Amino acid sequence: MALTSTIGIGGEAATRSVHDQLTDARPDRTGFVFRLLLLGSLGVSLLVLAILFYDVVTTGAGVFTDRAEAFLSGSLRTKADAAGVFQAIRGTFWIGVFVVVFSFPIGVASAVYLEEYSSKGRLARFLDVNIRNLAGVPSIVYGILGLTIFVEQLSGITGGRSLMSAGITLAILVLPIVIITSAEAVRAVPQALREAAYGVGATRWEVTRGQVLPYALPGIITGTVLALARAIGEAAPLLLCGAVTGLLPGREGLLDPSQLQDRFTALPIVIAEWARNPRAGFSEIAAAAIIVMLVIVLAMNTVAILLRNRYETKRS
Amino acid sequence: MASTSTTKLTEPATVDPNVDVTPETRGRPEVSGREVVFEVSDLSVYYGSFRAVRDVNIEINRHEITAFIGPSGCGKTTVLRCLNRMNDLIEIARVEGRVGYHGVDLYDREVNPVEVRRRIGMVFQKPNPFPKSIYDNVAYGPKIAGTKGNMDDVVEKALRGAGLWDEVKSRLKASGMSLSGGQQQRLCIARAIATDPEVLLMDEPCSALDPIATARIEDLMQEIKDEYTIVIVTHNMQQAARVSDRTAFFTTEVNPESDTRTGLLVEADSTDKMFSNPSDERTENYVTGRFG
Repeated sequence: MALTSTIGIGGEAATRSVHDQLTDARPDRTGFVFRLLLLGSLGVSLLVLAILFYDVVTTGAGVFTDRAEAFLSGSLRTKADAAGVFQAIRGTFWIGVFVVVFSFPIGVASAVYLEEYSSKGRLARFLDVNIRNLAGVPSIVYGILGLTIFVEQLSGITGGRSLMSAGITLAILVLPIVIITSAEAVRAVPQALREAAYGVGATRWEVTRGQVLPYALPGIITGTVLALARAIGEAAPLLLCGAVTGLLPGREGLLDPSQLQDRFTALPIVIAEWARNPRAGFSEIAAAAIIVMLVIVLAMNTVAILLRNRYETKRS
Repeated sequence: MASTSTTKLTEPATVDPNVDVTPETRGRPEVSGREVVFEVSDLSVYYGSFRAVRDVNIEINRHEITAFIGPSGCGKTTVLRCLNRMNDLIEIARVEGRVGYHGVDLYDREVNPVEVRRRIGMVFQKPNPFPKSIYDNVAYGPKIAGTKGNMDDVVEKALRGAGLWDEVKSRLKASGMSLSGGQQQRLCIARAIATDPEVLLMDEPCSALDPIATARIEDLMQEIKDEYTIVIVTHNMQQAARVSDRTAFFTTEVNPESDTRTGLLVEADSTDKMFSNPSDERTENYVTGRFG
């Protein structure tokens, strides 16, 4: 309703008139319904998560109360009450190492090239679209790539079906994600900052090294850790690259590099294997392995948030 | 000596062993008997196929303050950014004509834009300190230029030059972002003069500042103009009248076929003449407030 003119109405009458017009609230029913709908959607996703979490914790908690240490340090066994996840943690750890060592430098370098160096012509757009598409390619396709290239062609280096083949395959799998998130972080660097550095005679390398990368670092770290979390949750490519689902010989320590060219296992593989095993006790240890995996992912995200906050305070 | 400046511009970060390049003379080629720093002739700037500015001809004199005034979109900033090759950062920008700097065409293929910007510093419209300490902000330019000698002295000299030393000397480690807007802009001036440039380009340096901070910057410009050649873009005609020795008036014309606007330089003359008795009617209309 348009405000009716109050010109010509004196004193109190004017005040009353304006007051009536300003307080004449139109009930916003659609807005209320919309708000409920939004809240409901949020509730659904939180509810699903809560149920999943409750189910996993109630099923798996017993394993930790009974034999936490034995479970965390034990090997794959055919009996549920003797089996442990150490070999799986070890495999997942090394996959994470490969992802960080390969996809972080290559991904960040690619992103910096695309954003800071390449001319923004057709080729750059073509590359950009392709990288975005690569990020959406199903992981099993990457598994076949790993099988063909790292397991078969490069078996002299990787040892064929091995932890190394799987690690590099997963590094390639998440590379597009690292590139996209890093490129977005680099793009978000204010142009004024670049101009300031160019303005005092910095070269492109000096601007990138001294201003752009430090400013973009929090975003790059966040993206990399998200990519890492994605990588260690993948199971399909691992099956093609030599992950073992039954028994795994060998008792190497966590950091022993001699295992890199050997068969391996990883948490997602073990979880899938145990979860579909109908015998008694396996659903419990599957749930316990899920808890281990959730804790690892949660810890990684925490580290990412801490790092991001640290570097964000640095730039203000 | 003019040849010295030519070789130094085209050879990045190398020093001719035959020439005594002390910090005092570095970036300040001695050009005896010659007062002109820039001779811009027939300069046109295109963004893609759009011609933003056309046919600019102007000379900029040494140790003077030259003001570029004119309505929005008339190309003042675009021309300013040609004077230190800052337009190179805009990928679609293309420059035609000649920007002579002590006789060297800045757009010559052999000229290294990094070396150009080291001698021709810039202060931007919005204060843009690095997200680093006050000290590191000022030291950044000299550091990447490989300046020898005591960095503390370089930083102090630049901060004194920008009239900021007394306000920040006790907290050089504090972030440049923690300063007020006016202080940040003076920090940016300190950063620009720390590399000991010959020219300072200022792109509306006071547009984001309050009147007191503005007055402080204007005073500063007067104090340092004996050492630097200053070109300032300003929206504020009073500011141009207050601070500048020479004024260049730009305006726009409509291109009838495409409904776009191209900027052009109407005239440039001593500031007194431009504001009292300009040759061109368009200038008179603008400075008297009848247009723009």
